[in-house]
Amino acid sequence: MTDINQLEKLVIQVRRDILRQVHKVNSGHPGGSLGCTEFFVALYNVLMEHDNDFNMDGKGEDLFFLSNGHISPVFYSVLARSGYFPVEELRTFRHLDSRLQGHPTTHEGLPGIRVASGSLGQGISVAIGAALSKKLNNDSKLIYTLCGDGELQEGQNWEAIMYAAGNKVDNLIVTIDYNGQQIDGSTDTVLPLGNLTAKLEAFGWDVLTLKEGNNLEAVIKTMQEAKSKTGNGKPVVVIMHTVMGNGVDFMMHTHAWHGKAPNDEQLETALAQNPETLGDY
Amino acid sequence: MKKFTNTGNKDTRSGFGAGMTELGKKNPNVVALCADLTGSLKMDEFQKNHPERFFQVGIAEANMMGIAAGLTIGGKIPFTGTFANFSTGRVYDQIRQSIAYSGKNVKICASHAGVTLGEDGATHQILEDIGLMKMLPGMTVINPCDYNQTKAATLAVAEHKGPVYLRFGRPSVANFTPEDQSFEIGKAVQLTEGNDVTIIATGHLVWEAIQAAETLEKEGIQAEIINIHTIKPLDNKAILNSVKKTGCIVTAEEHNFLGGLGESVARVLAENHPTPQEFVATQDTFGESGTPAQLMEKYGLNADAIIKAVKKVLKRK
Repeated sequence: MTDINQLEKLVIQVRRDILRQVHKVNSGHPGGSLGCTEFFVALYNVLMEHDNDFNMDGKGEDLFFLSNGHISPVFYSVLARSGYFPVEELRTFRHLDSRLQGHPTTHEGLPGIRVASGSLGQGISVAIGAALSKKLNNDSKLIYTLCGDGELQEGQNWEAIMYAAGNKVDNLIVTIDYNGQQIDGSTDTVLPLGNLTAKLEAFGWDVLTLKEGNNLEAVIKTMQEAKSKTGNGKPVVVIMHTVMGNGVDFMMHTHAWHGKAPNDEQLETALAQNPETLGDY
Repeated sequence: MKKFTNTGNKDTRSGFGAGMTELGKKNPNVVALCADLTGSLKMDEFQKNHPERFFQVGIAEANMMGIAAGLTIGGKIPFTGTFANFSTGRVYDQIRQSIAYSGKNVKICASHAGVTLGEDGATHQILEDIGLMKMLPGMTVINPCDYNQTKAATLAVAEHKGPVYLRFGRPSVANFTPEDQSFEIGKAVQLTEGNDVTIIATGHLVWEAIQAAETLEKEGIQAEIINIHTIKPLDNKAILNSVKKTGCIVTAEEHNFLGGLGESVARVLAENHPTPQEFVATQDTFGESGTPAQLMEKYGLNADAIIKAVKKVLKRK
């Protein structure tokens, strides 16, 4: 699926899926999910070569790891709409006996998930391991991972960032969801990240900035550029500026909707701003 | 009682190193990671023979655990190597989420466990690691007793699918189990037969248990020694069969009595066959600097401590 109009329709439908999932169980994380919708749609429909007939080892295909597991609603929606599991299963999000746990896990065998995440700061390390495994297997496909900006406050990330540069893990593209928000407020007020570009460059990474992380065409363009930079002896990172809660006016530009579900009325307003395109589940 | 011959003192970590060398030759999927302790873990030979399959991660254990989890995707069998303290407590959440909960086939190999690492002192002497690791669902916990058994265990865990915690140590200790033993995970090894008391020991305490049993025999007490190399899954049947005969039990381990082998055995007994039990273990304390022998004596982890515990438990029968 590469027709841009069709992809834009999918973006809107995924937003509806996110909102309806969290509303139904009155819990979950809509803010970051909405902010990364364009990224996930681009990743699974344009950028990655992947097989929706899921195999854990993923030999011969590009693999994705979600480090900030709390944005599971967008991950689940895009996986389902890419054919990994029935879209109807989104109804079970956060329910008892569901494969769609609050945070993604391999434990219930949900196709498309290769590691549990939720406790923050672990995804880049796992992605490096998968990238090293690909190199050992002479598999030229790529590893993608997404992490939050606030998540970079976890020290393990910097161990991983140092390792990847020092060991030339150049089949890896890390994307940072740079929305400037975290649970207790803006990243600047909680614990400033400082000059992230300078930090990552100093660690020896190839750093790209994606200013319009909620513009689908811009996401595709910058991520294609990131792909072209792989294989050159350096890991690649994309600092992707996004707006938390993107696509729903009252959820945007605030950390308030990080982990809060809309009520009935709010859902109605939010869905009205994102009319059904490809069919609700 | 059956006699056991020490074929010469050796450290269990070298048994691990020898196992890795052999695995490197016979299993191309085995990869190794180390956090700046290659020599201490005796992984040098593997590193030399297979540089492409050896990952030096630096002093960054959390990252090492994550990388190990990722390496399993694509079919690799990663063995991580660092001290027991840095293999467990320091990286508990990484192991919990990225390895145990994710069901990854990672072998967490931990040297310098317990007080017998000696002079470095309590910052490096973990006595809580068995408890931490046995509490993780799906984690197998193994604590072999000598060089030969550690080598055999290293080979065996490579064949086992699922996360494993393999615990061994620094000091040179008696090497008395057979060189070419088969190692069955979860299967206790009965060392002696006796009707008076069961001694269940793990790791370095197995040889101490043998020494204790020899002394006790001279006093007319017949001890049945069981070497529990696998703490989880525990060989309940072997334990119950023995206590049904002897009617009392002593557990011995180089670990805190809270969370260790003794507690696991106590649960099995409480559920199935309540039996008087004494615990040879550290008593909810940290260690300190000293030689291994001094520390074993001070913290009540040697043959003398086992003898005392046996005499105490016999009175409770």
